[in-house]
Amino acid sequence: MGQRFLGSTVALAIVVAVVSFPVVASQAPAAKARAGAKTFRTPWGDPDLQGVWNDATSTPLQRPGEVGAKQVLNDEEAAEFQSALANNLTRDRRDGGPEVDVNRAYNDHWMDSRRLKITADKRTSLIVDPPDGHMPPLVPLTPERQKARADRAAAVARFNAGLPDGPEELSLPVRCVIRTDSPPYLPTIYNNDFQIFQSPGYVVINPEMIHSARIIPLDGRPHLSKNLHQWLGDTRGRFDGNTLVIETTNFRADEGVIFQGANAASFRITERFTRVAEDTINYEFTIEDPATWTKPWTAVIPWTKIDPAEQMYEYACHEDNYDIVHLLAGARARQQKGETK
Amino acid sequence: MRTVNRATTPVLLVFIVAVVWLGLSTRTPIAGQQAPAGGGGFPASYRAPRLDGHPDLNGVWQAFVTANWDVQDHEAQAGPHPEIMGAYGAGPAGQSIVSGGEIPYQPWALAKKKKNFDERTKVDVTDDKKWHALGDPELKCYLPGVPRATYMPFPFQIVQGSAPYILIAYEFTSATRTIRMNWKDEGPADAWMGWSRGRWEGDTLVVDVTGIREETWLDRAGDFHSDALHVVERYTPVSPYHLMYEATIEDPKVFTRPWKMSFPLYRRMEKNVQLLEFKCVPFTEELLYGVLRKK
Repeated sequence: MGQRFLGSTVALAIVVAVVSFPVVASQAPAAKARAGAKTFRTPWGDPDLQGVWNDATSTPLQRPGEVGAKQVLNDEEAAEFQSALANNLTRDRRDGGPEVDVNRAYNDHWMDSRRLKITADKRTSLIVDPPDGHMPPLVPLTPERQKARADRAAAVARFNAGLPDGPEELSLPVRCVIRTDSPPYLPTIYNNDFQIFQSPGYVVINPEMIHSARIIPLDGRPHLSKNLHQWLGDTRGRFDGNTLVIETTNFRADEGVIFQGANAASFRITERFTRVAEDTINYEFTIEDPATWTKPWTAVIPWTKIDPAEQMYEYACHEDNYDIVHLLAGARARQQKGETK
Repeated sequence: MRTVNRATTPVLLVFIVAVVWLGLSTRTPIAGQQAPAGGGGFPASYRAPRLDGHPDLNGVWQAFVTANWDVQDHEAQAGPHPEIMGAYGAGPAGQSIVSGGEIPYQPWALAKKKKNFDERTKVDVTDDKKWHALGDPELKCYLPGVPRATYMPFPFQIVQGSAPYILIAYEFTSATRTIRMNWKDEGPADAWMGWSRGRWEGDTLVVDVTGIREETWLDRAGDFHSDALHVVERYTPVSPYHLMYEATIEDPKVFTRPWKMSFPLYRRMEKNVQLLEFKCVPFTEELLYGVLRKK
């Protein structure tokens, strides 16, 4: 009995040693064999999304009235649409008077040039569902949420009047708490860059603004406990064929954290990343929140790979946030002079 | 006999696997591989698993030294405001992580370090020109810089794939830095987390860091550097669960010679381990901007 145990143990040990050791090395050829001509795979066999990507476009989230019901434009219409959008987005004009000029202080020096071009497929809105290119109608808000929104609106009004009471009355981006790192990822004037890193079992999206790495486990683990809430929520992912599908929950309930003031407890965002070409990822997101919209809605934004030489740099926001002091000091000076709102 | 055999079988199995495995690994040495720095009882023959041909450093890691309070020897100490914080604010004792024990400061710099410590909880951001003159950057929730981010009492995650970039994501204030592998150029501008260029030396990831904003500190004891700081970090896997970390600190404006620090990093083993958020800006707003609040 003892001999037999020992014999089989030795045999097993050799099998374990011989088989387990080369596993890492042998994964790469297996993955390569699986990868077709048009797929991009990591050495460990996952769809490969690694790289620095940019999501800037001038195509608006919702379809503007002047294009009517058209979802996609022909070449001539597209050129006109792009030109009109670029004219509206540009800050280098003087047709609004001094106050408007001040609000255009972030001028074309700051403008990501990709932000002035519509999507390559000449769509009139980033929203693809509902087909009218608009967010679905809102549902009536609860009295609590009405109050929270009214409080937030009053703080915004004080800020716009140059009279914020304190730092927490400024918006989360101005405070450098969260900026465009909060999903859904939407194009803005600058810093539309995202670097995607991958390792076995993880995809990590690192938005330029602000530097928060969104670390997405792919091992099927459950979301964080419902007792834990985060500014950027809690993300879990999986691959569905060539598509990375990620779901995010556990957002904090502070007003302004979630896109369009949706309801933290019922808000759910599903994002899909599909590498459709060497230099393009299709980024699609679906938002559902029955406490805010009457039905789910979906948008698609192309992400373009940028030149590796065009590196993503550190966006340190809070560290030199002189503006927050100037805004508050200005408010106290106005207050002292007797200006009120 | 049967009972004994059953009990010893798993032990034998592990032993035999280990012998066969060690035999294999010692027969396949890596050119240029060095024995792990710092010793600590780790077998010098350890060879990390490979990913895309390189040692696989992926994981959630954390230092368990108290160097964030003081990289040099320190006794347990009361916090800056014991009258309100009591034992909550107190710091633990710890042994120096500095090779030789002491940082070789130039005399003027030692005086400045002491001044930094005395003024570590003072802030004044009402004058743009003196914005960074006072206070520990950690107190103000600023990006902690290198090497301090490595030994703060928070985990960090190394994300290494097949691209020539390795990400280190830190829990503290969601700091991140990208290590550009075999990258030649200097950073375009100084950054709080610096400009990191990496290369493999055997099993060791060597990271050359320059362009670190001069305002970062090394600890709460006021240890500091200038804009001439140059850090060379070495991350060496010494077991499946440990990396040995070593950093060479060079700054001819502040120190009399280059010096080293080293300590182990531990793999966080919780099944559900993940970095959580420590977005500390809201925790510092009253300290930084409270003076400008409407009375």
